[in-house]
Amino acid sequence: MDFGFSEEQNLLREQVLRFMTDACPLSVVRAQNGGLPRDLWQQAADLGWLALIVPEAHGGLGLKWIDLAVVLEESGRGLSPLPILSQALAATAIGRCAGDDVKREWLPKVATGDVVFGIGLYDDPTWIDAKGVGLAGGETLTGTKPFVSDAAGATHLLLATRNGERLGLAIVDAGDAALKAQPGIDRTKPFATVSLDRVEPVAAFAMSADDLAFLTDCGAVAATLEAIGAAEAVLALTSEYAKTRIQFDNPIGKYQGVKHRLADMFIDIESFKSLAYHAAWAIDDAPHELPRAASLAKAYAADAFARIGIDGVGLHGAIGFTAEYDAQLYLKRSKWVRSAFGDADYHYRRAASLGGL
Amino acid sequence: MDFDFTPEEQAFRAEVREFLAENLPPRAERGRGFMGEWLRKVRDKRWVGFSWPEEYGGGAGSLTEQAILKEEMALAGAPPLGTSFMGLAWVGPGIIQYGTDEQKQRFIPDILDSKVNWCTGYSEPNHGSDLAAIQTKAERVGDHYVVNGQKIWTTGAPWADWIILLTRTEFDVERKHDGITCLLVPMDSPGIEVRPIENMAGDRNFAEVFFTDVQVPVSNRLGEEGKGWAVTISALANERSSIGEVTQMFAKLESLKDLVRSTNRQGRPASDDPAVRRRIGEFEAKIAAMKYNGLRYLTKQLRGEPLSSETSVNKLHRASLEIEMDDFAVELTGLAGVQLPGSDEAVDGGRWARSSLGWPSVVIGGGTPNIQRNIIAERILGLPKD
Repeated sequence: MDFGFSEEQNLLREQVLRFMTDACPLSVVRAQNGGLPRDLWQQAADLGWLALIVPEAHGGLGLKWIDLAVVLEESGRGLSPLPILSQALAATAIGRCAGDDVKREWLPKVATGDVVFGIGLYDDPTWIDAKGVGLAGGETLTGTKPFVSDAAGATHLLLATRNGERLGLAIVDAGDAALKAQPGIDRTKPFATVSLDRVEPVAAFAMSADDLAFLTDCGAVAATLEAIGAAEAVLALTSEYAKTRIQFDNPIGKYQGVKHRLADMFIDIESFKSLAYHAAWAIDDAPHELPRAASLAKAYAADAFARIGIDGVGLHGAIGFTAEYDAQLYLKRSKWVRSAFGDADYHYRRAASLGGL
Repeated sequence: MDFDFTPEEQAFRAEVREFLAENLPPRAERGRGFMGEWLRKVRDKRWVGFSWPEEYGGGAGSLTEQAILKEEMALAGAPPLGTSFMGLAWVGPGIIQYGTDEQKQRFIPDILDSKVNWCTGYSEPNHGSDLAAIQTKAERVGDHYVVNGQKIWTTGAPWADWIILLTRTEFDVERKHDGITCLLVPMDSPGIEVRPIENMAGDRNFAEVFFTDVQVPVSNRLGEEGKGWAVTISALANERSSIGEVTQMFAKLESLKDLVRSTNRQGRPASDDPAVRRRIGEFEAKIAAMKYNGLRYLTKQLRGEPLSSETSVNKLHRASLEIEMDDFAVELTGLAGVQLPGSDEAVDGGRWARSSLGWPSVVIGGGTPNIQRNIIAERILGLPKD
């Protein structure tokens, strides 16, 4: 029984943390505009992060999601604008659903970062179910797909399609599609509406409803892992402020109205951290446990991080409301996390169903 | 990261299961002599005081084995391993850590054999959360301390044989944590008076305890004079893994789901109500968080890494679950939910209504939620003390 990280995983964590501190601090994050920061992407690729979960047979490192977990957590701490999450989902989708020839062609390029994936699963913004996939599949694709993540900086798009009851995934050359950015609250999580006019996918393969649910669960776990780092950053920032901001002759962190809220943040982060680690472990080591594990983690984090984002700003008072202060960046991320890959309401009820109710 | 157990640990789990299958009959079939026999058998297995060193009669079980034992016992709905919860939970470990050889020989076997019941004399009328401010006075006179003062909310005092008592031997101190002395006192000492207090559930488990010129031999002092605070702190820290509690919570959640399945609200199955389903999901997430928090903290201990006050996290989860799950059940079942045992209309025999009045013993005893939050904020986040 060992519910902790290995020495290698801890070293990886330090490496990501160093990268985020040195190469991608919040000043750099703030300067992003929805595109791909090429040099940072290349560094992430050179450090092997994009190859982590790609099988060795296809040019990857053949590690697991629980290894990727530390990358996502530390990336989230610094609100990394790199689309590591979308790239990981694409690797997982191709590895799970595509035929050998597609894997042979695409996975090595995913691992090197030469191919950058944007990903669009659901057309419906609230429907986390096969019914939420709308784009019609076929030899060529025509139509629009909204809510495609990380599309603007992508070389390729991985899009969920439907043919009657049959679901599929299509890889589309981003150059063949017309993109219209969807300005959102969190600029580090950009979306676009993708318009396709008789576009021939460069590859296409079938996906079952179970595959879609699995990918969605991976996405939910990934968003939660990023939220761990982000929420801990809010707690650190706000605790520090509470120790130094003097009002009524005392640091405000002395007052229980402030200190108890910060303690509650700690309790919640500890808790969705534990749930998320278990879920990340389950992806590769106990996939039958994944649906329940992912729902419990995402549900808890979605609500808890949303409150943490709000209170991180609120406990700072007016300074927290300013654009210049960093607390607001985390609040924006929390809004994205709340809805991405299913909200708390959806996941809590799903957990109840999975629990036999 | 892996959740597998070693072959030895799996064998131990199998041993516990086999024992339970042979020696734990269903509740309805447990006769008069059952409890005595049960206590003897688990004692023979050395599972009582399982974490204690062998030289004091403990089982010297590893951390993981302790967790396995607790989990299996809870899964089987087994009764406690001893009659003195406090004796096993902190008095025994406190004596092992701070006691003299004579004290160990005198007190430990009786705790393990369930021969004596202990209670804990910490809180006073004016000092509960602010425990270090206690005023019960112990004055050294020759080879005795003479104790005067009052304790309150002393759970188990009406039937306890001994009390672990926090007293003040020095009043002129710079820090209130200094000058506290811990004494082990027989409850039948002349000068002790116990007045039970009825709680809101109608039970008389706790009491006021008055001390008037009670003589306690110096040999009954636990730890050094004036250093009793350290004894208290280590005693409270002895409550470790929450594995057993988590198992019980999951079992309670299953009962709650059964209740939801069998309940109609306004003519419709409660299980169709999205708000009801969400609450069940929320409870499950909290209990699962307790489980995986506990495993993370257990891993830290196994690796020999220092554990700070993280365990307060699970205490707070447990506190809110204790209150909310019963309250949810009572609300779910409307006016039937508030019927107590004895009412024909009571839900599940009044079980939920009754336990909805029992939470303070868990939630307030051992440190209120606000104190737990102070501990997290001050010791982990480094915020200024109140």
